[in-house]
Amino acid sequence: MRTPERTPGVLRDVAAIGAAMAAVGASFGAMAVAAGLPGWAAVAMSMLVYAGGAQFMAIGLMSAGNPVAAVLAGLLINARHLPFGLALGDAIGHRLRHRLLGSHLMTDEATAFTLARPAGAVRRRAFWLAGVLLFLAWNGGTLLGVLVGGVAGDPAAFGVDAAFPAGLIALLLPSLRDRDTRRAALGGAVVAVLTTPLLPAGLPVLLALVGPGLLAVRRLTRRHPAPADDVDGPVAGAPAEGTRAVPAGAVPAGAGPGRAVPAGGEEERC
Amino acid sequence: MLIAVIVALAVGTYAFRVAGVLLRDRLDLPAWARQLLPVGAATLLAALAATAALTEVGWFAGWARPAGVLVGVLLAWRRAPFAIVVVAAAGTAALLRLLGVP
Repeated sequence: MRTPERTPGVLRDVAAIGAAMAAVGASFGAMAVAAGLPGWAAVAMSMLVYAGGAQFMAIGLMSAGNPVAAVLAGLLINARHLPFGLALGDAIGHRLRHRLLGSHLMTDEATAFTLARPAGAVRRRAFWLAGVLLFLAWNGGTLLGVLVGGVAGDPAAFGVDAAFPAGLIALLLPSLRDRDTRRAALGGAVVAVLTTPLLPAGLPVLLALVGPGLLAVRRLTRRHPAPADDVDGPVAGAPAEGTRAVPAGAVPAGAGPGRAVPAGGEEERC
Repeated sequence: MLIAVIVALAVGTYAFRVAGVLLRDRLDLPAWARQLLPVGAATLLAALAATAALTEVGWFAGWARPAGVLVGVLLAWRRAPFAIVVVAAAGTAALLRLLGVP
């Protein structure tokens, strides 16, 4: 049984992904310099933009002589951070300066690490630990890549590209025990993969939100005819509830004041 | 021009990041909607993981990467420690590439 509550465990987990991020950061630095960017620009990009996919995309489009497309394509890829911020909410902190600073540390991996922890102080610690360490890994890697160039080699040779999806899925697995989350996530993954050859990068992933969107519409429409709590029971699979000995999970909308805790969807992890 | 691109990307990306975090307080969401926020995030992460596992610039990424991811996911399913999952996924993909698998 994993013990996500203990900081050393989180540290080790973050370090594993951090090593992969440093390797990809190094390849970004090397690639940017090889594409003709000055070294300071690569470092500034990693510090200020801090979004790997958008950075690689921007380098490619800029060296192809299309700076406007570089900005638009990068922003389309990064639009997913808005829903991430909505989901993270309190996990970043309550004070404004924490939120302003913490927002910049938000990445896919930091979000996955954070939401895999139970809400509260544990989750907040996980966010800051993952956020700070991964930021250092990415920027340290970039600096190294700028300085030593292609010497570091192609990260694909080390299979680093397989590490990220595997890590993300491993972090998601506990939340997939919830039926609605599982359906939305699997449906979204299929939609995103099928539309990837057809749409510009970033859009397929956003399109995956149709699943949660349909859930929202369903809950909204079930809510209107009869607002009583028990109406939602059969809808969200209440009969199966007994088989899952978890307090949170797929409890349908309005099933009790306990569910009013923000972002409590992943609390079933034990 | 280079500086303009970096600044535009940085400002726009930060705006997306901070908007969600600050909006969360301003929006007075009902409980059912708040419950859907982590579902939405999990869906986005699953979609990201799936596209990153299977595709590279819009097309199939080759067999080594999805095979590595599959090994990692199976280990995670068997409750292996997270670091093992990550290292095994990378190691499998690296080994397959060493053997000539694309």
